[in-house]
Amino acid sequence: MSRLSQQVVTLKIDGRDVGARSNETILEVAHENDINIPSLCSVEGLSVVGSCRLCLVEVRGTSELVSACSTYVREGMDIVTHSERLSHYRQTILSLFFSERNHLCAVCVSNNHCELQGQAQALGLSHVEVAYRYPQLPVDASHERFVIDHNRCILCTRCVRVCDEIERAHTWDVAGRGVQALVITDLNEPWGSSETCTSCGKCVQVCPTGALFEKGKAVAEMSRRRRFLPYLAKTKEKSS
Amino acid sequence: MKTDIARIPPPSDDKRWRIIDTTMRRYGYDSHCLIETLHSVQEAFGSLDDQAMHYISATLGVPLSQIYGVATFYHLFTLKPREAHHTCVICVGTSCHIKGGATILSAIEKTFRVKAGQTTADGTLYLQTARCLGSCGLAPVVVLNEETLSKANQNNVIQRIQEIIRHDA
Amino acid sequence: MMPEELTELAHKEQTDAQQWQHQIHVCTATGCLSAQSDQVYTALTREVRDRGMDKTCRVKGVGCLGLCSAGPLVQVNPAGTLYQHVQVDDVPELVQSLKHSPVERLVCSTDIPFFQQQVKIVLANAGNIDPERIEEYLAVDGYQGLLQAVTEMTPSEVISEVIHSGLRGRGGAGYPTGLKWTTVAKADSHQKYVICNADEGDPGAFMDRNILESDPHCIIEGMAIAGYAVGATQGYIYVRSEYPLAIKRLRNALRRAERLGVIGNNIFESAFRFQIDVRLGAGAFVCGEETALIASIEGRRGNPRPRPPYPAEAGLWGQPTLINNVETLANIPAILRNGGGWFATIGSSQSTGTKVFALTGKVNHGGLIEVPMGMSLRSIVFDIGGGIPNELAFKAMQTGGPSGGCIPETHLDMPTEYETLNQIGSIMGSGGIIIMDETSSMVDVARFYMEFCQDESCGKCVPCRVGTAQLATLLTKIAEGMATPEDLILLEELCDVVKHTSLCGLGQSAPNPVLSTLRFFRHEYLAHIRQ
Repeated sequence: MSRLSQQVVTLKIDGRDVGARSNETILEVAHENDINIPSLCSVEGLSVVGSCRLCLVEVRGTSELVSACSTYVREGMDIVTHSERLSHYRQTILSLFFSERNHLCAVCVSNNHCELQGQAQALGLSHVEVAYRYPQLPVDASHERFVIDHNRCILCTRCVRVCDEIERAHTWDVAGRGVQALVITDLNEPWGSSETCTSCGKCVQVCPTGALFEKGKAVAEMSRRRRFLPYLAKTKEKSS
Repeated sequence: MKTDIARIPPPSDDKRWRIIDTTMRRYGYDSHCLIETLHSVQEAFGSLDDQAMHYISATLGVPLSQIYGVATFYHLFTLKPREAHHTCVICVGTSCHIKGGATILSAIEKTFRVKAGQTTADGTLYLQTARCLGSCGLAPVVVLNEETLSKANQNNVIQRIQEIIRHDA
Repeated sequence: MMPEELTELAHKEQTDAQQWQHQIHVCTATGCLSAQSDQVYTALTREVRDRGMDKTCRVKGVGCLGLCSAGPLVQVNPAGTLYQHVQVDDVPELVQSLKHSPVERLVCSTDIPFFQQQVKIVLANAGNIDPERIEEYLAVDGYQGLLQAVTEMTPSEVISEVIHSGLRGRGGAGYPTGLKWTTVAKADSHQKYVICNADEGDPGAFMDRNILESDPHCIIEGMAIAGYAVGATQGYIYVRSEYPLAIKRLRNALRRAERLGVIGNNIFESAFRFQIDVRLGAGAFVCGEETALIASIEGRRGNPRPRPPYPAEAGLWGQPTLINNVETLANIPAILRNGGGWFATIGSSQSTGTKVFALTGKVNHGGLIEVPMGMSLRSIVFDIGGGIPNELAFKAMQTGGPSGGCIPETHLDMPTEYETLNQIGSIMGSGGIIIMDETSSMVDVARFYMEFCQDESCGKCVPCRVGTAQLATLLTKIAEGMATPEDLILLEELCDVVKHTSLCGLGQSAPNPVLSTLRFFRHEYLAHIRQ
């Protein structure tokens, strides 16, 4: 995405006047001003995909919702980040996430450290109305240090992006499509026999749920370290 | 164009690899030609196996997982060769659906004990569905090997399949 | 090539054509081919030769003759006699009859509204010219529009003409074509692209395929004109690989056009150069969405990305890119030849020109049609389509495929326009029309389309990936009589969420068939619900 112009603009977020540069996204400006917009796919330092749809916000004067992570601010924008309609949509989107695979918090290594769980608590999701799909998905523990449990994966592609954009290994990608999609390593081989994996562990650190974790972690033990990312992203920008 | 890198030799001396290499060369071995190259492999070999994907990965400089991702995203590509003597494709596009395509499908599934996307236990018939073959004016349409049956009904399709199978025996 | 050469070639072909006493046109588009028209063509050629008539009578493979449901179709010119359901056995009698009167039992009357009420711009050459010979395209003023644009007009004059015509995108959404061209023309870049979107994916739609099979040069000419207008030098035609014949004819046409010099370097001795390459899809409906299509040309998974930036600003390889659909581009040569003002007089004020439809389903006369915009939906079904077979009652007209809706009898007097179709919960779409009679179940239709969307969802965003799967499950539950009133409420709620929160057009429009059948045929849903 081009970041050519750098004008200073003023806009309103939830009624507050804020200043920003025109090459910043709504999400970035909101965070600078301590306004919380929920999101699961975006991580500082990685490219934007706009796939989780939790960061949708209203822009007064237009009927369509826009994703805050992928939309640049413009002069005079009037943005609403919280409304009854938005919270209904966000809750339903979260229900869809929970219904897709098997998110059983009580037995998950990421219990209490999980972003999906955190969003559900923050948005007050009390029950899931849609039917659980309960697919039977594999758990790959072939890697000497890490495990992937597809049952917990929400396909945010953070692992794919960090592996490609920061580690430059591109071990991960998404295979298949639609509700059948899965993240895979190399030619869908066991992670442990991957020729390209450097075992750097960045994918594990960025995973928002309990899908990727370190071996030997028991329930609720898997917390993440992420502070390296913006720093590495900057180094990458400078070198390229 | 990437001219400075040494060409990787093809996986075997099978002449068909030349076709694949010609395709990649035509696009200057640029990673953008991945889909064209996969088309070429699929046409020459009938499916995309690991060996082919490794070769393309090394030649075009596209990561393995990305090739696998592309190969499984597009429904035309298959990773495993189909081994059946005959193929029966039932169109289940809207027009054919409205005019009884689904009835033909379930009748064939029942008669030959096979599900769409599968091959019969004896390997004689591979049954497949298609989302519109574009012959809507002649719906419902069934393609049996190379032969197109237009304005089909379950009786004439089943009869024709049985004829073809009997012909083999 | 020199401009005069074009006129000379056209004139020579016109003179040559006059020497034939009879020209037998055999439809060799996919519809008739699947009814074995190729065998009829071979038999006719042999019969004419065996009777020693090959000096006076020419047998010619042509594009779509329109009435696909009566295929294989054969037309004898200059008399214009149309024969239907022609079999190989009929061939001797047919050739014999050239000297006498037509074979009555095979004649298909062209006096019916199906033929009389159509207006042909896009399909003007379909069924008349041999799509494999560029000379025949030249003989019907082919490449004159490009000649005029390149030699007599500035790029902005070309764009003005397109704006003046009122042409809107024929891919479905109806975005003004002239405005799109202006945006790309104004984008500042050394490299720009023109893409022809020929990834026609709606089940039941075959307009673009037939245009490509019947008149491939009009697309090439339209693209070259677009390239000149917006300042692009490279074009791509993205065709679905399920259309082998269209691809073959397109490639052949491109080779001929290059050899003749109407595309390539220094077109008509000017500084303008334009190349076109064909790129194949590989079975993914979502690649009809423009950002997914771009990803696919770049060799990646066909995942859409959020817009803006729009392709006009940052498209293929990050460069300004014009994406138009096949039918949109097919209108361009005629607009350049006859002027935007001429085009604007056809159709209605907000929706100018004509629209090509693939009319199928429970209708007497099915096939490929082209009608002026503004024609009532009722005329399409009952005049052109000749009504419903087997004395059954009309129930609904489906337009816009998996992104559209079902229109009931009470709304049939609406004119065919982008806005009116939107008002009644459907869309113009790319042109597939499926007619349903009283025996069709609307819940089943809604489920059919939702399963399609679930299969075709790329899986990138959650509302579409999981939402369509959940909706399909609910619709199956309803269709099987297992659903409760709460399920129906959930169905409507989910439709709302998927429609408003999905990333791209596929997800945003996936609920439309459900919403429109709920609006007009709610009783059918209620009849399935357990109380």
